[in-house]
Amino acid sequence: MTDATAHADTQHHPIKLYLAVWGWLFVLSACSYLVDYIGVQGLLRWSLIILFMMLKAGLIVAFFMHMKWERLTLIYAILLPPLLILVFVGIMIYEANYTLLTRVVHFAGGA
Amino acid sequence: MEHLADDRVMQGHTAPPKMSGWRGFVADWASDQGAFKGVSWGKAMMWVFLLSDTFVFGCFLVAYMTARMSTVVPWPNPSEVFALEIGGTSVPLILIAIMTFVLISSSGTMALAVHYGYLRDRRKAGLLMLLTAFLGACFVGMQAFEWTKLIHEGVRPWENPWGAPQFGSTFFMITGFHGTHVTFGVIFLIIMARKVLRGDFDDGRRGFFTSRKGRYESVEIMGLYWHFVDLVWVFIFAFFYLW
Repeated sequence: MTDATAHADTQHHPIKLYLAVWGWLFVLSACSYLVDYIGVQGLLRWSLIILFMMLKAGLIVAFFMHMKWERLTLIYAILLPPLLILVFVGIMIYEANYTLLTRVVHFAGGA
Repeated sequence: MEHLADDRVMQGHTAPPKMSGWRGFVADWASDQGAFKGVSWGKAMMWVFLLSDTFVFGCFLVAYMTARMSTVVPWPNPSEVFALEIGGTSVPLILIAIMTFVLISSSGTMALAVHYGYLRDRRKAGLLMLLTAFLGACFVGMQAFEWTKLIHEGVRPWENPWGAPQFGSTFFMITGFHGTHVTFGVIFLIIMARKVLRGDFDDGRRGFFTSRKGRYESVEIMGLYWHFVDLVWVFIFAFFYLW
């Protein structure tokens, strides 16, 4: 898969690769801007935003930050812990819904 | 005392032969040795710092989500709030789009600077770093413009003319912290570009603070920080401006 041994000592890669990634980042940014410019709404809007966001983040981390060529030990040490934020998001969705409920019930009209 | 500066000593390079894949993962952690093989302490520590910073920005974005989900007052439409009048027509989010492209361009020039650093082409590497710093400064400048515009329109951390009052506090908090990161990045880029252009990493000049010899890997580590700043913007752009 990845030729980890060839790049073991320095992170030196062909310039074409960087330019290609750069180009893709421009295309993906343009796409996410178009989502807003065209005015896509609802579920399609959110899934497109997330899709373009994850693709851009993946390209930056994998190629610009050279994560693709690092050993699994470093990859897991850095990329797995942020998944805990998703747990936090889950907790706070419940909390936000509860807060909204109490506001609607006790401060009707949202004053 | 002899300087320990030749950092290979610090990297656990005397370790047994490396395995790859899952077996390598287990072996790296399972013995009394440096876990991150082939990664200098400087790069490993930058990654750990970036991980901690991920949690900082993660918490900001979760706080923003909570505020936006729990308010009974409609959230201001960012597409309209951040629109600019250009030639009489209102273009949605145009400044933010330009800022995004500027920051991505700076990430590209940074990646090229790392590339030329490893080729030991210090002129190109240094100039590309200065270009990166310039683009970063442009980004901060446009952000200052954006803040000024919104403040003139009456946006405050506790109120704004369009809807939920939490809009202002989350906006200033998140973009302010990100802008601060960009600003520090620009400062570090200028310092590192000076070192590169002066040839510190070729003639083994020792740093004024650590009194160690630098290597071109420092450019890559600087790049990690800069790409991270771009990475955070990807998430802010998606969640705050587009959502």
